[in-house]
Amino acid sequence: MSATHNHSQTVQIGAPTGEQCWSCGDMRAAAFCTACGRVQPPAPTDFFSFFGLPRKLNVDAGSLERAFYQMSRKLHPDVYANASSKEQEWSLQQSSLLNDAYRTLKDPIARTEYLLKLEGVEFEGQSKAATDRARETGTQKKQVVPPELLEEVFELNMQLEEARMNKKMGEVDEALSGELEETKKNLQAKYDGLMEELESYWNEWDAIEDRAAAGDSDAVPDQERSSVRDKMVDLLNRRSYIRNLVRDVNEVLES
Amino acid sequence: MAQERIVGIDLGTTNSLVAYMEGDKPIVIPGEDGSNLVPSVVALDPQGQIVVGNPARRHLIETPDRAVYSVKRLMGRGLEDVHQELKLFPFRLAEDLQPGEVLRIKLGDKDFTPPEISAFVLRQLRRNAERYFGAPVKKAVITVPAYFNDAQRQATKDAGRIAGLEVLRLVNEPTAASLAYGLDQKKNGTVAVYDLGGGTFDISILKLHDGIFEVIATNGDTHLGGDDIDNLLIAIALDDIEGDLKVDVRHNAEVVQQLRKALIEAKIALSSRDSVDLELELPGGKHYQRTISRALFEQMAEPIIQRTVSPVKQALKDAQLQPEQIDEVVLVGGSTRIPRVRQLVGELFKREPHTELNPDEVVALGAAVQANILGGGSEATKDMLLLDVTPLSLGIEALGGVVAKIIHRNSTVPASATEHFTTGVEGQTSVAIHVLQGERELAKDNRSLARFDLKGIPPMPAGIPRIEVRFLIDANGILHVSAREQRSGKEAEISVQPSYGLTDEQVENMLLESFDYAEEDFRQRQVIEARNEANTILSALEKGRTGPAWEQLTSDEREKVAKQETALKEVMQRDDYQSIRAAIDALNQGTTRLAELMMDSAVSSALKGKTFEQADVGEGPAAPHPFAPAEFKS
Repeated sequence: MSATHNHSQTVQIGAPTGEQCWSCGDMRAAAFCTACGRVQPPAPTDFFSFFGLPRKLNVDAGSLERAFYQMSRKLHPDVYANASSKEQEWSLQQSSLLNDAYRTLKDPIARTEYLLKLEGVEFEGQSKAATDRARETGTQKKQVVPPELLEEVFELNMQLEEARMNKKMGEVDEALSGELEETKKNLQAKYDGLMEELESYWNEWDAIEDRAAAGDSDAVPDQERSSVRDKMVDLLNRRSYIRNLVRDVNEVLES
Repeated sequence: MAQERIVGIDLGTTNSLVAYMEGDKPIVIPGEDGSNLVPSVVALDPQGQIVVGNPARRHLIETPDRAVYSVKRLMGRGLEDVHQELKLFPFRLAEDLQPGEVLRIKLGDKDFTPPEISAFVLRQLRRNAERYFGAPVKKAVITVPAYFNDAQRQATKDAGRIAGLEVLRLVNEPTAASLAYGLDQKKNGTVAVYDLGGGTFDISILKLHDGIFEVIATNGDTHLGGDDIDNLLIAIALDDIEGDLKVDVRHNAEVVQQLRKALIEAKIALSSRDSVDLELELPGGKHYQRTISRALFEQMAEPIIQRTVSPVKQALKDAQLQPEQIDEVVLVGGSTRIPRVRQLVGELFKREPHTELNPDEVVALGAAVQANILGGGSEATKDMLLLDVTPLSLGIEALGGVVAKIIHRNSTVPASATEHFTTGVEGQTSVAIHVLQGERELAKDNRSLARFDLKGIPPMPAGIPRIEVRFLIDANGILHVSAREQRSGKEAEISVQPSYGLTDEQVENMLLESFDYAEEDFRQRQVIEARNEANTILSALEKGRTGPAWEQLTSDEREKVAKQETALKEVMQRDDYQSIRAAIDALNQGTTRLAELMMDSAVSSALKGKTFEQADVGEGPAAPHPFAPAEFKS
């Protein structure tokens, strides 16, 4: 944990954008004016830029929270209850953006997925579009079994089948339940372990970003970027696969 | 200039309160009878006037068909939602009610929507505040149960507007309570608010951080409260009466209301005593007598109290907290006076809950704090900021009747989501979207909020239009939708049909009609209109004096008019519209000849070759008879 903390980026709100404040004319930050504090009209942005962050994955939770609180004080509609309707509208837009951005960035998985989406990744296995398509065509959603789980999943499916039959007949197989509990524990451990693996990819990604920021962008071949990106996509797919397995086991175990 | 006063209102199922921040302390504003609580009971008296609060409570017993209570349970709900309520509460729905229509409740021979009935309560609170300040009150913060959905919130906002109040914010009740506590003890930490009121239950978990009140998770049941305990006790007693005395009084509304009153008193007494004697006289001279012990009461109420457990556990789970990680627990709502409730909360959180502030008043006090913050704040509130969440997930119906969630529950508001839609048929120019609120998988199991028609899509082959729809939940927890067709850049028109809501026009009409039901308001309106009319005639007279027509009057005539003028000026200072009207009529009579002369001179000067404007008839004839006096039907 501490290793990642070392190169976690701290959030600094209020970096000037080079744009002028509509109210006082001073240079301003993205969402509010650093000089007079007024809310600014919303402009297209992504969640990282909104917090003044580069597109890196190690984010210091404490400083993100502090930035969220500070920006809430600047942008929340309560602050503009007596302001012009224009400012009220901007405050509504900006504070919803702030809340959406904070909600996404504070959650490690949502943050990773969001960054990957910015990088053009579409999550086949999980996206709503894919779910809709599967429903429309009546086909099973494509879920690739992660190779290292193949054997385990095969056995688990047999056990689940048997357990479901037992349940239907009203029988209880203590041994089988015990085995399922054991499998669940293993899966849960694997699931938890993925977080550590993910963090190592974060570090790889952030290192690439740092190099790109330091030198010219040619310093980082596209291949390198896409390799880390693919590893993260693969991990997230595995993660959702395991989560579904755990859910299936829980369904059977709960009477 | 006097600072504009923004009041905080707790519009409760059983009682309502209005509060205001005086200096750095919120206080509850009492009514004329000195009581802080206004019972949320509304009655239409035989003279056709609306009465609210304690006076209305009498009607509940004497003329139950002219009174209504607990109408909060019906806010934002449709006919098909309220079957359970109708079995338990003596609500009389209008006979001609259609499914999908906003409910209408009968009071005597009239019927009113739930927002109108709530507006009568709000109007009473507003009057109490105006009496206290000696100045008009136009803006308010109103509290709602945290677990209220969009329709229930919208209905509450409508009620405010019908009562002539600009609702600056809807604040969740448990959150408001935390503000009142937070003002007292400036602490950082994690707080749980357990709010069991007359008709609703909420649990909210907040993080307090240097004046920021951040709600982490909320849960609840908008149909669970002291009312349910009362109804259960009534049902048990009615069975008991039939079994014991062989009389069925279920259909005798008067007896049922008397029984209800006696049982509520017993319930309240049992919070401080071990047993109470219940006695009720029945028609035919029979007596129903029972001694109820606290143990028996708790045994009967336990299933209802237990229903609060699962929302508490869900809120903790959503907050990703263990009970041990909660630093403080705050009790809100009258039903938390029940010792068994306190005990249960203690067990759930493994700590003694806070009860320092009056559980009936703490929500209104918190609303006053929020009102103060919105009014620009004061020394006491300058660092305080409330970050609340939406209690229910927002979703849209996808293929196969399933719900695709687009904003998850417990998201900090304002919150937004953007979705893209397209067409399925070539040349299709509109797309229907069904918006829902709730946690269930299937659309039919969730609360339908609205059906939108995205219209005005340029005709294109199927699947080509790309319509971006933005859903935004504002700080009141109310949904706003906007849409744009991205390929053509055209704003798509949206017609929103709230599933059980009032249109803006309906709300405006209700606002006007509501004047007629409150004697005080009606009289006030008559005075105001009479004064307006008096001012019109006086300024016309002033203008007439400067013209040549005035000189043509005899000195007697001029003296008479002057006397009538003084009389009107004097009488219009008073609040008696009838004498104002009489004085207007007199002056009207006295100035008839002046008016005729002025008309003549206007016409003749026009004939002297002057243009119409130069003839000084530009704003119509400057005579004391600009238009016919307004007619009043009383």
